[in-house]
Amino acid sequence: MSGSFASTLTLASGTVLVCAVAVLWVSSMRSVVRIVAVQGIALGLVAMDLGIHAHDAGLIATAVVELAVKGVVIPVFLGRAGSGSALDREGSPLVNVPASLVASAGLILLAFAAARGVATFVGTTAGALVPVGVATMLVGYFVLVARRRPLFQMVGLLLVDNGVALVAFLCTAGVPFLIELGISLDVLLGVVVLMVLAQRLRSEFGTLSLDELKELHD
Amino acid sequence: MLLVLIVFLPLIGGAIVAGWRHASAGWVAVASNAAVLGLGVWTSVRVVSDGPLSGAAGVLRADALSGFMVIVIGTIAVLASWVGIRTMAVEVAAGRCSPGRVVSYRILVQAFIATMLLAVLAANVGVLWVAVEATTVVTTFLVGHRRTKGALEASWKYIVICSVGIALAFFGTVLVYLCALHDGGRSANALDWTSLMAHAHHLDPSVMRLGFALLVLGYGTKVGLAPMHSWLPDAHSQAPAPISALMSGVLLTVAFYAILRFKAVADVALGPEFSRTLLVTVALLSLALAASLLLTQRDYKRMLAYHSIEHMGLIALGAAAGVPLAIAAVLLHILGHGLAKSVLFLTSGEIMLVEGTSQIDGVHALLARRPVLGGMFGVGLVALLGIPPFSLFSSELLMVRAEFQVGLGWAAVAAVIAMVVIFVAVVSHARHMLIGSTNTTEALAPPPKWVTAPLVSGLVVCGLIGVFAWPLSSLLEAAAHVISP
Repeated sequence: MSGSFASTLTLASGTVLVCAVAVLWVSSMRSVVRIVAVQGIALGLVAMDLGIHAHDAGLIATAVVELAVKGVVIPVFLGRAGSGSALDREGSPLVNVPASLVASAGLILLAFAAARGVATFVGTTAGALVPVGVATMLVGYFVLVARRRPLFQMVGLLLVDNGVALVAFLCTAGVPFLIELGISLDVLLGVVVLMVLAQRLRSEFGTLSLDELKELHD
Repeated sequence: MLLVLIVFLPLIGGAIVAGWRHASAGWVAVASNAAVLGLGVWTSVRVVSDGPLSGAAGVLRADALSGFMVIVIGTIAVLASWVGIRTMAVEVAAGRCSPGRVVSYRILVQAFIATMLLAVLAANVGVLWVAVEATTVVTTFLVGHRRTKGALEASWKYIVICSVGIALAFFGTVLVYLCALHDGGRSANALDWTSLMAHAHHLDPSVMRLGFALLVLGYGTKVGLAPMHSWLPDAHSQAPAPISALMSGVLLTVAFYAILRFKAVADVALGPEFSRTLLVTVALLSLALAASLLLTQRDYKRMLAYHSIEHMGLIALGAAAGVPLAIAAVLLHILGHGLAKSVLFLTSGEIMLVEGTSQIDGVHALLARRPVLGGMFGVGLVALLGIPPFSLFSSELLMVRAEFQVGLGWAAVAAVIAMVVIFVAVVSHARHMLIGSTNTTEALAPPPKWVTAPLVSGLVVCGLIGVFAWPLSSLLEAAAHVISP
């Protein structure tokens, strides 16, 4: 029983990180949307696994919310925003794919070194996986700075968010359900706002490349 | 009930604005914000005499610090929504904005005010986080209201950078929660300020150190402290004037409120040295950055924005000192800066309206050509530069004194040097804008009296609390003891 708990947890957490790295690999928005959906579902499964193991109804409810918001709703939104436009391919990223993958390997090592203290402090099976969440965050930051299309930057933000959420599940079995609801609502509204903005940027600047954004400086 | 009412009042105002699409609907919003201010004063009086209040089944809680912050938010909200009526009327008249967008603007402003009130009245750190994140979400469209290229770029930068910051703050919050769970076991109120403070002695120092550093970095992004400040000058210069006033006047300090609360917990858990080192570092960085960028500034709205970074640095330095005197001075500075800066942003909005440019080079001889606007801008700058009788003078003096008391004299000296540089820079920019003679004798109409009245009152209040602090002194003292027992 506890063996399957631990292996499910490890597998799901690992999937979250693999998805983050995979975002660096692909260049079409359609594949990115699928990856984001898989990551959201994996994150929901982490919460579900922890909730079932601890017989924690609040955590199971949280898992359902996570699955719905991050596994379904946000990917559907993203898919609509990114559909049917060749402009949404990440044509020439600031850092190319092989270099990005090397960098993400470095970030993962860094995360394991940095989060070891916290992992030992938590001291549970889940706690040992905390560095995986931190690594997801760092890869998210990397996507944010290394990709130039607004939609990719938005995905970078989502990766950071999912990484922190994973850390929260692994460290403290999530936050109380009421707060979790507030957080999910914020994330959802944030995604909507970002998408509307990306749309306006596209209609104002023609392309969706952030290189055009050089109006404001000192 | 009282606290729930305070959070919902701006939303009720917003709902009426949405339903009653009348030209004077904007005044309903002003009235609801004035009611928030009134209830804030009432709450503060009760809290000082009877102790903390709680509401909404323990989700909301008000102590002296929350009461004070509600007063600050209410004051600036009244100013900004009042002058906002004029700003929007002009935008519509100029054909830059449809009446429908004015309605959505007002609803978002009211939601913005409500989220800030929720942040300062939240009983627990999770709700605080949700509220601060929500301020980012609701203000993004307000920053981009004008929909120019510059405004869109500023709002994109704003939401991306602030979301990154707020994610770090969540990480920090989770680590603090982790410490609390290890100490007290799983309980529903482990995230409450009161419970965190009560257990602060037993929180694990190594995890707490990491958590607090992330919180300072994360919430510091929203405060606009260097090195996470880069969104601030863009957002403040591109947003409509009332939004800049609200953001600079209160949003920054609401985020700082979060740091102050966590500092109280961290100081008990770790001793004051850790938070002091961290805050002194970001404070001096911010001051140095503001000083160097103000020297070469060519845009007066950006000048005001960098000036906010300076004041956030001063506040962080005051908080680093940490003794009750310093915290009281920090809070007085929050109010004084909020008043002076929002009046200045609102006045600069008027100046931009009549002069058609936000370049310092494009504006000259304001005092001769437009004495009312020029006068308000000049007096506002005098207040902001910390010249008596305005309250910023007394709060800066008190902060410096407290810093010397706790052995941060060297940092205070560095801060004063930066302030002198900033003084020289701002005075030379202002001289260019204000002084000079004009050969045209055409009479330029001053802004309507109902627009100048709240602005002048704001400056008068800022001067009065500098001279007579007595109505606030017991509140400030009680609030300072919340952070520094």
